[in-house]
Amino acid sequence: MATVDEARPPDARADDVLVAVRNLKTYYGLRGSFRQRIFGRESGSVRAVDDVTLDIRRGEVLGLVGESGSGKTTLGRTLLGLVPATEGSVRFEGEEITGMSERELRRLRRRMQIVFQDPHASLNPAMTIEQSVGHPLEIHGVAKGAQRRQRVAEALETVGLSPAEQFIDKYPSDLSGGQKQRAVIARAIILNPVLLVADEPVSMLDMSVRAKILQLMLHLKHEFGFTYLYITHDLATAKFFCDRIAILYLGRIVEIGPSEAIYEDPKHPYTKALLKAIPEPDPRRSVPRDLPRGEIPDAARPPLGCSFHPRCPAAFEVCGWESRDLRDLLEARWARMAEAEYEAEQAVLGDMSRLDESSTSFRLDAGSGRSAEEVAALLARVRSDDPAEPFWRGLRSIREIERHVEVELNEPYAPRLLPVGSVQVECNLYDEDALQQVETLAVSGS
Amino acid sequence: MTSEPVVSVRDLRVYYGTLRGTVRAVDGVSLEIGEGEVLGLVGESGCGKSTLGRGILGLLPEGAVTDGEVLFGGRNLVGMSDRELRKFRGPDLGLIFQEPMTRLNPLMRIDQHFAETLKQHEPGLNDAEVRRRSLETLGRMGIPPTRFKQYPHEFSGGMRQRIMIALALVLRPKLLIADEPTTSLDVIVEAQILSILADLRRDFGTALLLITHNLGIVAEACDRVAVMYAGQIVEEGDARDVFSEPAHPYTRELLRSTISLDTTELHSIPGAPPNLITPPPGCRFHPRCPDAMSVCATTFPPQEDLGGRRRVFCWLHTSDERVGPVDREPLEREELAVAEEA
Repeated sequence: MATVDEARPPDARADDVLVAVRNLKTYYGLRGSFRQRIFGRESGSVRAVDDVTLDIRRGEVLGLVGESGSGKTTLGRTLLGLVPATEGSVRFEGEEITGMSERELRRLRRRMQIVFQDPHASLNPAMTIEQSVGHPLEIHGVAKGAQRRQRVAEALETVGLSPAEQFIDKYPSDLSGGQKQRAVIARAIILNPVLLVADEPVSMLDMSVRAKILQLMLHLKHEFGFTYLYITHDLATAKFFCDRIAILYLGRIVEIGPSEAIYEDPKHPYTKALLKAIPEPDPRRSVPRDLPRGEIPDAARPPLGCSFHPRCPAAFEVCGWESRDLRDLLEARWARMAEAEYEAEQAVLGDMSRLDESSTSFRLDAGSGRSAEEVAALLARVRSDDPAEPFWRGLRSIREIERHVEVELNEPYAPRLLPVGSVQVECNLYDEDALQQVETLAVSGS
Repeated sequence: MTSEPVVSVRDLRVYYGTLRGTVRAVDGVSLEIGEGEVLGLVGESGCGKSTLGRGILGLLPEGAVTDGEVLFGGRNLVGMSDRELRKFRGPDLGLIFQEPMTRLNPLMRIDQHFAETLKQHEPGLNDAEVRRRSLETLGRMGIPPTRFKQYPHEFSGGMRQRIMIALALVLRPKLLIADEPTTSLDVIVEAQILSILADLRRDFGTALLLITHNLGIVAEACDRVAVMYAGQIVEEGDARDVFSEPAHPYTRELLRSTISLDTTELHSIPGAPPNLITPPPGCRFHPRCPDAMSVCATTFPPQEDLGGRRRVFCWLHTSDERVGPVDREPLEREELAVAEEA
């Protein structure tokens, strides 16, 4: 593995880095069947964080943006040592935290805190605000009794729960959503940390309250010089809040760079799609139609090549086309058809479950009493009905063999995170070698 | 609107009795939705949006008292017995909830959900027709026929919400109420669902009431918008007109506090919606309104017709004959502590 210095992103200076993440991987083991477990067989793993390298600089707000299932929450928790890393390194103020014992971590947790998404679930309903917000003081042996109460009152005033006497003896159920989130923030800052991980701190709140909480967080940053890792699925609030943005898709950073660059000139097709999908209260706009199809795939069985390729409008020859894409393509087609039409087409094909084992070279069986020619003709028809479908760019050959066809697709080119202008992008569109490979294919194919 | 409205709500009131007093969750709401029309209902949490949606369908918990009229096909649904109402729900009135996972039975396959729904309401259908109708509706929602016999857990969140919509649409209801249908979904999936909902009017002619707290959604998916505050409609009109030139200060402030890609400055409305047991006198928004005048604190403003099916309840739009110069004196506002904030 590369050493820390070699792997550092080119634009970072050593002295201002608060958290240095290098080739971090966090995998969750999947529990298989009882049988698999007694024979000690692994049934696979979910690559929640899959080789992430980034720096969080002192005093900056780094946005970690992605859909649910992108691994953003797991990444945030791995940075705090709340989830064990599978591989790679996380250095907090120069200290390696992966593999640290719980006892050692506790010492560091005074310096790093987290604000969770759901304010209703992150306060213990049986504890008063004084007990909840003052809990960290007690755990770390900083203050108790009257001193604790004093510190809690100060923290409440700081987050705008003022006058503090009005809140300090209340229970969470007496507070509104926005007030609860303020109390949660008070608890996070009471030990005066340097790093605050805020995991969707406003997405459970009403629109009119979101601005207030973001304002508070900005105010606290200016006042106390906090460094934030702001985890969100919402590019609109991130635009406002973050100095730099990292876009995450299925456990990998697909684009990272200064906020202005990401918003003004998004490079990755996924970033472009996320920006386009944000509903704008602009009366001249209507619902965007050219959206990526489908949803974020299962991280236990990620797509070949680029994880985004099945949804990507710009995907080309070597982005990772595979058997499952053909199945999705056929199913989407059938969803648009009348029952009789769909049944006629389905009968041409035999068992399609083979397509689920992702592969670039696979067979498609004919249905009972059907021939290989009919299968090939069906594929030709599907193609001529929508020749612009990117899947066909990945096709190398279809050969008819007895009662099935052999489909061969291009070998995938795994995208690499490369510098493009002021950002880094993991997309084959920006990779000379990937484009070169396509040209080679064209020459050999003709 | 050229034809008769599909539903017309007149002076609807929904009150709840609680230990602390009577909650006036919906307090004198009138509105109409035409065939194939999408009406967006917006406002902060606690303004009575969901209660209004459920009140129209008669789906209120025990202890709620409803008054006024919900006219549907010439009949008043208010005061109807549960037995009679049940005949309307499904074939005439549909509802889409926020949490798709909790509304599908995890032990039933998708085809069984459809068979149950269709046979309940259209007992004459045979199995082949049930299958054809179900597949057709699911197909429009982008759910492939190959997945018809799968269980809810085998689908993603976005697909489950599409299945829920299909399940409501398979009966071809004339009126559909969607209560925050995309709130728990990711942005791209949300946009996909919204474009499906926007297509409803074209494909089915369904009248749709879309309840949301996100004004961006309304701007993109709705024909008209009604803004609700503290149990009352304060402004209603063409979505484009209302958003480009909001007439009510509440609409304007809501728009300003929405964070979008164009936001250059954070803005929020001071304070929080009032409790609906003892709402403020006069205009209920006056304690938070930057434009409040002395008349606002005492008297509820009359409905002002701004033309083009646009109406607003605000003294700013009332002619000088009705409000004198004294009434127009700016209202001195009490300092709002953050303690009052939502």
